[in-house]
Amino acid sequence: MYRYNEFDRDFLAERNRQFRAQVERRIDGSLTEEEFKPLRLMNGLYLQLHAYMLRVAIPYGTLNSAQMRQLAYLAERWDKGYGHFTTRQNIQYNWPRLSDVPDMLDALAEVGLHAIQTSGNTIRNVTADHFAGAAADEVADPRPVAELIRQWSTDHPEFQFMPRKFKFAITGAPNDRAVTAAHDIGLRIVERGGEIGYTVLVGGGLGRTPMIGKVLAEFIPAEDLLPYLEATVAVWNAIGRRDNKFKARIKILVHEVGLDALRAEVEEEFTLRKPLYAGGRDVALLEEIAGHFAPPEFETTPTETYDAAYASDPVFRSWADTNLAPHRADGYAIVTVSLKKQGDTPGDATADQMRVMADLAERYAHDELRISHEQNVILPHVHKRHLPAIHAALKAAGLATANIGLVSDIIACPGMDYCALATARSIPVAQQIATRFDELKLEHEIGPLKIKISGCINACGHHHVGHIGILGLDRAGVENYQITLGGDGTEDAVIGTRTGPGFAYDEIVGAVETILKTYLSLREDPSETFLQTCRRLGIAPFKAALYPEAKTRAA
Amino acid sequence: MKDLAAPEAPTDTILVTDTGFCPGDGAEVLDLPADADRAALAAALTTNATIRVAFASFADGRGFTLARRLRQMGFAGRLRASGHVLADQYAMARRSGFDEVEIDAALAARQPEEQWRARADWQAHDHRSRLRAG
Ligand code: HEM
Ligand code: SF4
Repeated sequence: MYRYNEFDRDFLAERNRQFRAQVERRIDGSLTEEEFKPLRLMNGLYLQLHAYMLRVAIPYGTLNSAQMRQLAYLAERWDKGYGHFTTRQNIQYNWPRLSDVPDMLDALAEVGLHAIQTSGNTIRNVTADHFAGAAADEVADPRPVAELIRQWSTDHPEFQFMPRKFKFAITGAPNDRAVTAAHDIGLRIVERGGEIGYTVLVGGGLGRTPMIGKVLAEFIPAEDLLPYLEATVAVWNAIGRRDNKFKARIKILVHEVGLDALRAEVEEEFTLRKPLYAGGRDVALLEEIAGHFAPPEFETTPTETYDAAYASDPVFRSWADTNLAPHRADGYAIVTVSLKKQGDTPGDATADQMRVMADLAERYAHDELRISHEQNVILPHVHKRHLPAIHAALKAAGLATANIGLVSDIIACPGMDYCALATARSIPVAQQIATRFDELKLEHEIGPLKIKISGCINACGHHHVGHIGILGLDRAGVENYQITLGGDGTEDAVIGTRTGPGFAYDEIVGAVETILKTYLSLREDPSETFLQTCRRLGIAPFKAALYPEAKTRAA
Repeated sequence: MKDLAAPEAPTDTILVTDTGFCPGDGAEVLDLPADADRAALAAALTTNATIRVAFASFADGRGFTLARRLRQMGFAGRLRASGHVLADQYAMARRSGFDEVEIDAALAARQPEEQWRARADWQAHDHRSRLRAG
């Protein structure tokens, strides 16, 4: 875990003092509403449908128990007793009052958290693989470099008033759990002849113009990384479009000027920027930061309690089968705590639940927690002998849902329930799908599946990269849901294909059921996942099942 | 380049530096728009005048990158950000390589001197100062 030093603490105190003054200067008229807006956004304060929303960064998704308890405290003290974990490793409070926000920021600073650049036309919270430092398949832990990028981009003087927001994601493993290809810049740690470097993807993004990131540079060594990133963002800041916000993201620049021309521009800018970072202090800082992320001392004790519970308790076994992932240390597991209990709002956790998870992390899991972009909470380092106790505690808190990676582990954006831009509801659709498949008892039969739902074209729910993507639109005042199939957010990133006309609010659950029953009848055997069947057969058989009347007409 | 530079028209603009407000000093200026490309920057490098970069709106941050580019290209003369720049952006302007900011009287009245002076400590609390050479 990164531990703040004196510089970090002073920086944050000063920044919060500035924001408190900005709120006062808005009230006394020194700042117009138009001028105040980007200043509050770059401090995480968003105006939503019903109220302000404060979006707090959880850099690269990593937290300790004290930080999680503080998030619980904020939820209770200044909100309605819960928080919402998002797909970008943030937590959002949906009901704070403007006048309370400076105090909330000070409370966050006490535990080394902030809301800086979680909104606005800035470089946003850097996201990373939620299994970082624990996964069995890792080249290197991506969090030190994510922290370096956080420090470099925080309050970067050139990059606070850019054409649009800018998002980084980084993975240190060949299995991309950080959706790097759907970010403005995606970084993949690679090894070449014993040297660690970075593959830089550019121009990925979802939203109304979904695009998969393209390789800007195959291998950037550590000492060139910051100047190279700075060059890329500077080129876009200078020539990216500012005339139309829907064409402002770097993906449009890549599309309009072409990847090769952009690369040439970046390289020219890089020669200007490189001398700024020629002292090697960035690399030295990276090494220092890496020391903060040294793995905990793993114990080598027997796992009998786990083995016994697994053999005798079917509820525990089912949870262990879905919610555990392989850890790189023997006898350890990565635990995913589901925030997707059927019928609840995906990603919501109450203050009490946050405290339960904090306590478990402190007691059993080397004091570490993670937030995944799939809106779940992870205990990355758990010795298996503790799993029965952890499961029991989670069960008592309503947190033991055994559904990770299954039908009901749905990503859904806030949609019409909270978001001013929404064209349809998304949370209730997620709740109904989850409840329906729970009733059908088909969840485990269906196996690995990612359903992702967005309440408008902005695609906050990542529907394009869902195995089943659902996009809620407004058709003449009536909600209408389009379905895409075969999307994939991993290292083989693919944008899903639309099935055809959309479905009404009361038809969408039935449509998903039709798709999945079609899959069950077509798969070669239970080991073939939905995505594999989709790839083997294409979407034609699903279309035929969804639109039988079209087939009759054609026949 | 000389012919592009013209004596500054006497206006009621105000210059802001680390010491606070002072009236425009009538120095010779060379104006660059926010969309000046690399060639335009290269052509401006040899000027003896103050290079003045226009900010039509505080929300358009291109000028910050132009300033950093000019500095990295070797411009060592005076560099001024001019137009709709907020007190809240003073530190950004200084850190990007500007020496001073020029604002109109209306903005100076709405955001008085002490709001700018509050950011005169722009060298403190700067993450990049810990990363960069020198
Ligand atoms: C309720 C308030 C919200 C509003 C008004 C909002 C607005 C937007 C808008 C306008 C975009 C499109 C950006 C573009 O086209 O450049 C966007 C993208 C995005 N939002 Fe939200 N959002 C909200 C909440 C959320 C939440 C809760 C999440 C996480 C669960 C989220 C995650 C994202 C992501 C990941 C993208 C990126 C899509 C891309 O790659 O372009 N948003 N949001
Ligand atoms: S996808 Fe649309 S409805 Fe959903 S949160 Fe984003 S902007 Fe709001």
